[in-house]
Amino acid sequence: MIKETPFHGRTSAANQTGLWSHWAGYLATDRYQMSDKFEYFAIRNSAAVIDTSPLYKYRIYGVDAEKYLAGVLTRDIRKCRPGQAHYTAWSDDDGWVIEDGVILRLSSDEFLLTAAEPNLAYLQGLISGGQVNIEDVSDEYGALALQGPYSKEILKQLSPEVEDIGYFHLAPAKIGNAAVTISRTGYTGDLGYEVWVGADDALGLWDRLFEVAAPHGVIPAGQTALLITRIEAGLILIDVDFHSARYAWNDDQKATAPELNMGWMLRDLKDDDRAFIGRKAIEREIKGKSSRWKTVGVMVDWEHWARTHNERGLITPKDHTPEHGGMMLYDEKVERIGYVPSFVYSPVMQRHIGIARLRPEHAELGARVGLEVTIDHRYEIVDSYVTKLPFYNPPRKTA
Amino acid sequence: MASKSKYDAIVVGGGHNGLVNGAYLAKAGLKTLILERRHLVGGAAITEELYPGFSFTTFSYALSLLRPEIIHELELTKHGFMPLLMPSSFAPTEDGDYLLLGQDKDENHHQIARHSKHDADAYDAYGHMMEQVVHAIRPLMDSIPPDITSKDPEERARLAAIGSYLADLPPRVLHNLVRLLTGSAADILEDYFESDIMQGWLASSGIIGTKVGPRSQGSGLVLLYHSFGEHDSAYGAWAFHKGGNGGFTQVLARAAEAFGAEIRLDSTVDHVLTKEGRATGVTLEDGTEFSAKTVVSAVDPRRTFMQLVDPRELPSELVEDISRFKFQGTSAKVNFALDANPTFPGLEGRRDQYQGFINIGPSLDYLERAFDDAKYGWYSSRPYIDGCIQSNVDPDMAPPGKAVMSNFIQYAPYHLRESDWDTEKENLGDVVQARLEEVFPGFGDLVLHREVVTPLDIERVTGLTEGNIFAGEFLAPQMFFFRPAPGWNQYRTPIEGYYQCGSGTHPGGCVMGAPGRFASQQILGDLGKK
Repeated sequence: MIKETPFHGRTSAANQTGLWSHWAGYLATDRYQMSDKFEYFAIRNSAAVIDTSPLYKYRIYGVDAEKYLAGVLTRDIRKCRPGQAHYTAWSDDDGWVIEDGVILRLSSDEFLLTAAEPNLAYLQGLISGGQVNIEDVSDEYGALALQGPYSKEILKQLSPEVEDIGYFHLAPAKIGNAAVTISRTGYTGDLGYEVWVGADDALGLWDRLFEVAAPHGVIPAGQTALLITRIEAGLILIDVDFHSARYAWNDDQKATAPELNMGWMLRDLKDDDRAFIGRKAIEREIKGKSSRWKTVGVMVDWEHWARTHNERGLITPKDHTPEHGGMMLYDEKVERIGYVPSFVYSPVMQRHIGIARLRPEHAELGARVGLEVTIDHRYEIVDSYVTKLPFYNPPRKTA
Repeated sequence: MASKSKYDAIVVGGGHNGLVNGAYLAKAGLKTLILERRHLVGGAAITEELYPGFSFTTFSYALSLLRPEIIHELELTKHGFMPLLMPSSFAPTEDGDYLLLGQDKDENHHQIARHSKHDADAYDAYGHMMEQVVHAIRPLMDSIPPDITSKDPEERARLAAIGSYLADLPPRVLHNLVRLLTGSAADILEDYFESDIMQGWLASSGIIGTKVGPRSQGSGLVLLYHSFGEHDSAYGAWAFHKGGNGGFTQVLARAAEAFGAEIRLDSTVDHVLTKEGRATGVTLEDGTEFSAKTVVSAVDPRRTFMQLVDPRELPSELVEDISRFKFQGTSAKVNFALDANPTFPGLEGRRDQYQGFINIGPSLDYLERAFDDAKYGWYSSRPYIDGCIQSNVDPDMAPPGKAVMSNFIQYAPYHLRESDWDTEKENLGDVVQARLEEVFPGFGDLVLHREVVTPLDIERVTGLTEGNIFAGEFLAPQMFFFRPAPGWNQYRTPIEGYYQCGSGTHPGGCVMGAPGRFASQQILGDLGKK
């Protein structure tokens, strides 16, 4: 039986389209109103509320929890102080990424790790002694993201603590009668917060939030709007931009942290004495410059895109619905040099953009690559350019 | 006398076309000065805080037909370009019902079917017909038209190429094009639709800004022109810029300055300086002079040819053409600061109907009767209203929970029969408010502030002759080869180095930017820079 998130009583009432996806076994609204782009612009211009409860949530606690996580996670959790959060990843012995996620450090010995896929048995299996406990608390909490330029002002009215929560920091707070945790995190690349609330208090939180937020034009936003913003933000998505090493059939389906643009997590490796899973393989890769891929942005030449379609008698398509496929990338000799797993027309940038996997020698910023598009069942190659990620990065995000 | 400041190019008028033109000239490396008479750029595309916390789009209120090339070539997204979507169209009927259309094709089908199952199907066919016509003639709109008066073989060849291009169109598309260009909006719409609300809603695009009724020949052309919007690949889609159209012209100003253009406010140009038949600069009203070999007028044709230069320097035929060029502004605005969104009976508590345009023009008869008043020199007793409560699209436009509403009004002819606009101004406001009260009971109680903008106000504030919002009527003899006059449709003037780039040139008005862009291409070509 498909499950309902703790906010379902409200999301179902707000969902005018009747369109739902299944996300980790929960119903998630695709779009609340007929125009998902309107929801998208709420995120970029005012603020929108997104129910992100379906994420798997693991409570990891005990005096040895930090030590345990330092050995499991690719990024050094010891640098994540209580009251902070990390975007992190975990890999296998060969350095292949299993998954990425955000971890909140609630106290010195208590963490909340989010994941898109089930990882409980895997994580428990890595406990090799000491005092570490891992519980799946996915059902016990709802998570509500408030994302967009107004998010801070609105949330501050409900909980003054928000004023002082820095980027990737968190604080306990009270909204109405509910004890919540507010983290300055999100999947939109904008100024934004996620409010973690006990399932029983979820509807009260929703109502209280909208009481304050609705006069500001805040609306709920569905999955489509969220997925446009995450491409603009250059944030990768499992099963689209990479596959879990646990379930890959061959090495082509796998990727390492450096290959997934996570090299920055390993910047301080030489001052870091941790023995974490995959370390040796990653060090070999960095030292030997043996990464097979670079994850970069590609931006399509607008003029060539328009001309290519117009010559076939078509109106220039500018579809903001994310395309999760694998459009091929070519060099001048029409040799395959990569692909674009995530592609979208960005309304705020007015350009077609994609998160791309490219062979490192072709991934220099500004390099021209040819993007293969299918127009009326014919292959056409459209000029595109390598750009850095994120595409969209407003100063307010981290300010 | 102090030495004159020297520039390569001077643009007279900081409206959207002046800014676009100046930005392109600066981008090409010309030392460019843009002179604006008022204390802010934007011309008729401005946003003003007329009541504390409420941003009014006094005149132009939507990002209508902006050419996508301009967004990219002038790198507008770097400077804050943000075209917010207006996803819905809300059209109240005469009997208290409504038509509410949005982004979902099937939902729209059901909405129209409530009024006519026939029209629900016809809507798709109509939309496809319009898209085909727009797509077919877009290349002509997107280029500088040939000079039809020229004997130059190159111009003749371009003329012949247009003939061949049209002859190659599918015959039905060509015929529909001719029907639109020469016929009335009603003729076309009655072919497709039977319900009053569909006819009225769609015919509204055939009258906006123009002194025609939906049954007048020529309203087809206006209908077609308004379908040229090409926002994110949907023809006919309009957007609303963050912060209103003033927000957009501020983006343009930042882009122009980033390319090196200098913008000088509070600088009224008195006249263009000429010497031996060529432009040498401009003089401001206060006597300040600026010199440049290129001077571009972004103001309307009347002012470009009759005011900024001495008409005696021009061929008398051109002077005559400009004197008979029709302006006859016929639109007004009535804008409100409201205490809350108004209430539409039956949709209490909802606001999705206010996320786009509110079209009060429920039938062809309604629109035609509104026009009847104007024919005889008076404003409509039951006017056509194109409203939008922009704070629903951009919450920054009004304080939390409050609303700001722009209402485009037609008809309000510039010349009144037995009165004048200073006398009638607030009476017009009352007529509009009374009509809104009929649609939204209790509307009057919500009004915190009202701004009435008559055609005379449009002329006084923006300089648009007779308050014509397009800087000249959209009538066939004033378009394409003939905008603004035969032989002078390629942005040049008889005075060497003096150019025109306003909405009175091809393709025409609306916040499109194409005139400013084409004029820059012509100028740079003449300077050997392109």
